[in-house]
Amino acid sequence: MLTMQSLTQRLANPSNFMALSARLLPWCWGLAAALIGIGLYLAFFGSPPDYQQGQTVKIMYIHVPAAWLSMLVYALIALSSFGLLVFRHPLADVSAKAAAPLGATFTFLALATGSLWGKPMWGTFWVWDPRLTSVLILFFLYLGLIALRSSIEDEALAAKLTAVLSLVGIAILPVIKFSVEWNSLHQPASVTRLGAPTIHASLLWPLLIMALGMTVLFVALQLKAMRNEILRRRLKALRRIAAASAADLSQQPAE
Amino acid sequence: MSAFWELVRRDVLIAWKEGGTLGVALGFYLVVVVLLPLALGPDLNLIARIAPAVLWVAFLLSALLSLGRLFEADFEDGSLDILATGTLPLEAVVAGKAFAHWLTTALPLIALAPVLGLLLNLRPDAYGVLVATMLAGTPAVSFLGAIGAALTVRTRRGGLLIGLLLLPLFVPTLMFGIEAIGAALSEADSFAASFLLLTAVSLAAMVLAPPAAAGALRFQLQ
Repeated sequence: MLTMQSLTQRLANPSNFMALSARLLPWCWGLAAALIGIGLYLAFFGSPPDYQQGQTVKIMYIHVPAAWLSMLVYALIALSSFGLLVFRHPLADVSAKAAAPLGATFTFLALATGSLWGKPMWGTFWVWDPRLTSVLILFFLYLGLIALRSSIEDEALAAKLTAVLSLVGIAILPVIKFSVEWNSLHQPASVTRLGAPTIHASLLWPLLIMALGMTVLFVALQLKAMRNEILRRRLKALRRIAAASAADLSQQPAE
Repeated sequence: MSAFWELVRRDVLIAWKEGGTLGVALGFYLVVVVLLPLALGPDLNLIARIAPAVLWVAFLLSALLSLGRLFEADFEDGSLDILATGTLPLEAVVAGKAFAHWLTTALPLIALAPVLGLLLNLRPDAYGVLVATMLAGTPAVSFLGAIGAALTVRTRRGGLLIGLLLLPLFVPTLMFGIEAIGAALSEADSFAASFLLLTAVSLAAMVLAPPAAAGALRFQLQ
């Protein structure tokens, strides 16, 4: 019986994780490609243009999943940080380190596509309303995480301090979620709300398929980045051992 | 409890005797506030409209200057190790140092703000509410700044990094402070709401920041 706890325990061994992720990755890439392919097809050919916005509404199929992912990834980083500080999970820091640049990219994608969408719709690339401002703050939080980690040479210390920072910043997520309800130019929530989604099925299905596809894409990128990080750390440890043994050998003639 | 006040007293005395950091912060505040009208030109109405925002933002930047050094001196000469292993919990140490920072840096800056308001042609009825919002909102700056200081205490180029880390955290204080001033000046009903939220952010920071900063310091001191 595979419970969440037993799964994280079994994956705590990096070798187990490498083996499992090696088997999973091809499926993830394939599934992501298929879902995004179907989603884009439905978005361009299977769903109608909006009666007001015309074809421009199709930016939504990238903008909304990217925005959802930007928050999901930060929640994942916070969860990983919690796992590091409380449970000392061996792969928690690898997960947090891998996810930060990915989250920053999705946030930037959401801001950029939203800005391109805003120009024809609102007449401006940017407006300082609560939703846009809080997502921009989220972007700065990601940049802060990356900057803090790279400023500390000691990797173990960097891991713990970045974990503290990410937990301090978790307060921004509810602000983003609910900010759109306060006097905002941005459209209020149509999908993730109490009650049925207010968006029509012909637009909802491509949106959900794109969201799922982009999430699976994130999972694939995250697994790949975690594998890279594990390999990098192994390489660093091997180099250190090689240098130490070379130093031992060079000292032997003096004895 | 007396150990806490002893720590605050020590920090206030050190800051008072040393004097240099405060002078730099006040000077920086003056310089930034002077630069903006120079850039904007002589339109006094425009400058008067943005005066509260300029005074708040320049305050945040000046506070950032001094926050980087909150733990630096004690970290370098080993006093922080003694404080961490002493009778006072590290959370209380952080709270004490943040409070001392507020007393020795934030209060003088707040005292300077109305004077600089004269330079910016601030509306006469705005002086009171400006100082009130600063008094209510700046504890958040000192306490959240303690988190940034704790995270960057070892970094050599921490001065630049601490700004990037802290500015997202300062945004709620800045937003509610400016909203409160705007509401008071336009006599809207929302002054009480904005002011109370500003105070709430400060109170939350005073409670939640010390454990976070203490946790970061413990990792740094290991």
